[in-house]
Amino acid sequence: MAGTITEKIFSARCGQEVTAGEVVMAPISGAMIHDITGPLAIEKFYEMGGEKVFDPAKVIMLFDHQVPADSLNAAEIQKNMRLFAKEQGIHNYDIREGVCHQVTLEKGRVCPGDIVIGSDSHTCMYGAVGAFATGVGSTDMGFALRYGCLYFRVPESIRADVTGKFQKRVGAKDLILNIIKDITVDGATYKAVEFTGDTMGSMNMAGRMTCCNMAIEMGGKAGIVPPDQVTTEYLSGRCTCRDEVLVSDPDAVYTSWRTFDVSDLVPQVAVPHNVDQVVDVTDIAGTPVDQVFIGSCTNGRFEDLQEAAEVLGDKKFSDSVRVLVIPASKDEYLKALRAGIIEQFVKAGALVEAPCCGPCMGGSFGLIASGEVSFSTSNRNFKGRQGSAEGKVYLGSAATAAATAVQGEITDPREVR
Amino acid sequence: MRVWKFGDNIDTDAIIPGRFLTINDSKELAAHAFEGIRDEFSKEAKQGDIIVAGSNFGCGSSREHAPLALKGAGVQMVVAKSFARIFYRNSINVGLLPVICIQASEISEKDSLVPHTGEGYLEVSGKKMPVEPVPDFLQRIIDAGGLVAYAKTIRSEDLCIK
Repeated sequence: MAGTITEKIFSARCGQEVTAGEVVMAPISGAMIHDITGPLAIEKFYEMGGEKVFDPAKVIMLFDHQVPADSLNAAEIQKNMRLFAKEQGIHNYDIREGVCHQVTLEKGRVCPGDIVIGSDSHTCMYGAVGAFATGVGSTDMGFALRYGCLYFRVPESIRADVTGKFQKRVGAKDLILNIIKDITVDGATYKAVEFTGDTMGSMNMAGRMTCCNMAIEMGGKAGIVPPDQVTTEYLSGRCTCRDEVLVSDPDAVYTSWRTFDVSDLVPQVAVPHNVDQVVDVTDIAGTPVDQVFIGSCTNGRFEDLQEAAEVLGDKKFSDSVRVLVIPASKDEYLKALRAGIIEQFVKAGALVEAPCCGPCMGGSFGLIASGEVSFSTSNRNFKGRQGSAEGKVYLGSAATAAATAVQGEITDPREVR
Repeated sequence: MRVWKFGDNIDTDAIIPGRFLTINDSKELAAHAFEGIRDEFSKEAKQGDIIVAGSNFGCGSSREHAPLALKGAGVQMVVAKSFARIFYRNSINVGLLPVICIQASEISEKDSLVPHTGEGYLEVSGKKMPVEPVPDFLQRIIDAGGLVAYAKTIRSEDLCIK
């Protein structure tokens, strides 16, 4: 029977043919927990009578939301989690590596065809390598740690077919914001969003991660890109995966099939306070900002930093803006260091922080005050997301963020010389 | 019992802001529920209150602190036109009942609301309003009082499809 890649992954892992709409108890290929939602998951694991996690080799732990520990509470939480990892024999990347989703992929912990869960909503990013990956809460995670499986409703899929060649300074972030504008904040609820087409095929892994990362911002249960040569090259040297190729059948059933041509797409910006409130940058150019954040699991990779550095050139960031640059992981940080980009940012006036989530979720440092405006390459512009509920968050690409940081107001990166 | 009315797209950052996520106790979380968004909620919410909202309630972060904060505040159920997926699961898992009601926007804070979700409706100031049925599997978790209690009843052969 014809199936989508998502249906075929569930069928393969469950060992029987399943279709969208069915509720299945599926085995977990990998599980990721971090410092925010991990403590509750561990508590639930014990409440369910757990003693040993189902398979320590399949569990990933790291701390990224409040690192290094920024409060006594955070310090205690991290201490307890370290102890759990040690007792259970779980590999704990601790505070050393960076943002959970970037690290999980970088360390080769996800293969195409896997079913992976993380106690974080942006876990859907792992769909970039052709896995089914979804965010869960702490109780679900506790259950999975205990039993090695979890109940899922096999999702229907929306297909987003992308064609055309991006203009200069326009890329994956602009595309995904444009897709979210079209599908809306809840248009993909309970569904997997499958990104296909020539543009996705020629997109690098960094861009695919950006797209899959934000599937949740349209309510998506997962985002997924069919694995291809780009995937194989990315995974090479990171992990050894099964010898199977799961992709959608030509006659697979989708609830909706959307087409996007990026040829004329201009830089996109999500304006406060919903991620589908997306406009062309030209519509809001000139809006003054107080802080610019370049980083996060969405856009903190080397490719993003490089694009921002190209826009910056030998200019300085505006004195009226606080610029925070946070690479998504140690590896990305090192790549940027070697390329001289970090020095370029520091000289231009940015504060470069060690890999972590930074101001993205407003739970640690870099918060904005009432009446302040943040321009951020992260994934959410909800009211209060980066600090005061009286503040405003705009979302866009690293190129637009860099242009904005140079001018002190929202700026079209194509206009910066 | 008081009805607390909210609009569309109430995200989990609004329910419990990120800066309070080092708290894991539901009562302590409740003290910060809707902080900066609707400050009177944490002061005035009582046991048995009901939240009525529009579409996509609980979107955003997977933080289970959100349904826990509402439960800690005494909320017995959230009635919404639709829910974000992770929040919906989390609510069922922690024993906070999420009820999908297409006509939720017709309910006002002045209405008296008697839930008959088992029979498939809400009694809104004497008028019956239908609610969406829950799939059997989820109903079993709800009946158990949450996923922790359900896990204790599960048979090992039901755990994974071999």
